[in-house]
Amino acid sequence: MTMNSTGRPTTPSGGETMSDIQTVSGSRGLMQHEDLIFETGCTNKTGVDLPAPKGLKNRLGGVARKRSTELPGLSEPETMRHYVRLSQKNYAIDLGLFPLGSCTMKHNPRLNEKVARMPGFADIHPLQPQYTVQGALELIDQLAGWLKKLTGMPAVAMSPKAGAHGEFCGMMAIRRAIIARGEIETRTRVLVPASAHGTNPATAVQCGFKVDEIKADKRGRVDMEDFKAKLETSDDIAGIMLTNPNTCGLFETDIREIAELIHQAGGYFYCDGANFNAIMGRVRPGDLGIDAMHINLHKTFSTPHGGGGPGAGPTVLSDALADYAPVPFVIHDEDGYKLVEEAEGEGEEAFGRLCAFHGQMGMFTRALTYMLSHGADGLKQAAEDAVLNANYIQARMKTVMTPAFDGYCMHEALFSDAFTADNVGTLDISKALIDEGYHPMTMYFPLVVHGAMLIEPTETESRAELDRFCDSLEAIAERAKAGDESLKGAPYLAPMRRLDETQAARKPVLRWYKPEPEKIAAE
Amino acid sequence: MTEQFTQQVTFYTEDHEWVTVHGDMATVGITKYAAEQLGDVVFVETPEVGKTVKKGDDLAVVESVKAASDVYAPMSGEVVDTNGELADAPEKVNEHPESEGWFCVIKFSDGAETEGLMDKDAYFEFCKGEA
Repeated sequence: MTMNSTGRPTTPSGGETMSDIQTVSGSRGLMQHEDLIFETGCTNKTGVDLPAPKGLKNRLGGVARKRSTELPGLSEPETMRHYVRLSQKNYAIDLGLFPLGSCTMKHNPRLNEKVARMPGFADIHPLQPQYTVQGALELIDQLAGWLKKLTGMPAVAMSPKAGAHGEFCGMMAIRRAIIARGEIETRTRVLVPASAHGTNPATAVQCGFKVDEIKADKRGRVDMEDFKAKLETSDDIAGIMLTNPNTCGLFETDIREIAELIHQAGGYFYCDGANFNAIMGRVRPGDLGIDAMHINLHKTFSTPHGGGGPGAGPTVLSDALADYAPVPFVIHDEDGYKLVEEAEGEGEEAFGRLCAFHGQMGMFTRALTYMLSHGADGLKQAAEDAVLNANYIQARMKTVMTPAFDGYCMHEALFSDAFTADNVGTLDISKALIDEGYHPMTMYFPLVVHGAMLIEPTETESRAELDRFCDSLEAIAERAKAGDESLKGAPYLAPMRRLDETQAARKPVLRWYKPEPEKIAAE
Repeated sequence: MTEQFTQQVTFYTEDHEWVTVHGDMATVGITKYAAEQLGDVVFVETPEVGKTVKKGDDLAVVESVKAASDVYAPMSGEVVDTNGELADAPEKVNEHPESEGWFCVIKFSDGAETEGLMDKDAYFEFCKGEA
């Protein structure tokens, strides 16, 4: 028999541990090392093979570029590999639990993607004649209907393209209402709780208001004494911007009284709806006395985010503000659907226009798909499961970690760093989670809690996955409690080790410089 | 009121600022405790010379790797000098918060405004309550 009859060995025979092995390529097994694209490509080659244009006349006068742009040229497979390798160093919701508090990193269902790619939604243009896009307009109108129903509000502006853009929309509507009352010179003060998202005070200032911060009480909610004290002189009150549930993951239990008092003071109630995922189907903001609230479709309604967007932040408005909604918006009559584009007729009172067209069509399609595939009961259950999951984490972790506040939480569990030894802290715990294969939680936010760690699992995770995450976090927390110095070196297993954030902020290197020729020769 | 501070005296605020008054001038910065809590300071925005502030107004912004915080005017008056070195060397706030890391000097209009401020011992006790 000429065949090799001994076969190949099929049992591993041990050897060195992984950390001892150095590779020539810099790769670690299937984790590929990848240089910057400027270092990978060379400037004298190109990945496209087009004939040089004939008879091209230089009409640039003296401003034509005289030397190469020095952009790297790569072939198609080189380009593909570069970006795929980079993507493999990344973390994604499709890869694992993404516990970033306040971000609602829930699964993006594939059905959403399928529907968003249907040619009738994907291959249309905002400037097409309206009679050719009736289906798309109907979709916007239907989504608006769901949002109004879920929030108990009479109107919604669909065009804001992100949460902060939605805040801007709501505050502009409030500003417009105050102008209509003839009080814009005097009503300039907006109350913002200490735990607010940073965008809230930024929005207020952008809209020409002054920010007045309300303290948090020991329960992590608005300090009602401080709030009432700030309303003692109320002639200058424009409104309040409040998140509910708030960034401590807690329901603002005094919210109806807050609404009543702010209205008595002649102000409006803006609610930051970033955390609507916790109460959708259970609480209608309209019933709480809210005048304006944005809804992050990219959080609550499962459209993608975290990769730079795009987001979508439709803003619901109360009767007091509805007329000031920006153009364009969709209306329908017996002739079908149409967009009101001008601030006249139906849109006479509009405060203006926020963007060129009507908003993020691709996100609208995905969000409505999510709503229709879940149904009203499914949305309510999603909210309940999100709250249940967060409480599961809080209950499991409170044996080691310090919950920031007593009692149940809503959709996110908040811990302080009180349990850690003095030499290690929140940053070290976050970095160690990377070694365990998880994206870190939100850290040092909200500012009202020392060394805050904010964990939001969303309804996406199963109990088994929550347990795996908690096992990892528990082990790290125990080490932090014991003051394990090695935590300060984490992450050990990531493509890049811990970065010097201080130097990066103080002396940022914002561009790549070509190494000097002599340096290349020396290498 | 100038006579009130013939000698240099340092007061502290509940917002963790120190203010050293001498004559009718008040030098302002953030305390060692505040600098430690903020972590590595990466940016300081000092007010423009000539700016008039009322006690409690926003005076400066200090940004660390953890957070951006407002610094409030501890006294009313006019900003007459600022620490230009902080623009290129914000680390001075961490290294010497209560000396070289000073933010600005206010020519104050009412010395009586120091009455609500704390002395060193009172501030020390206050910080214990914060932790």
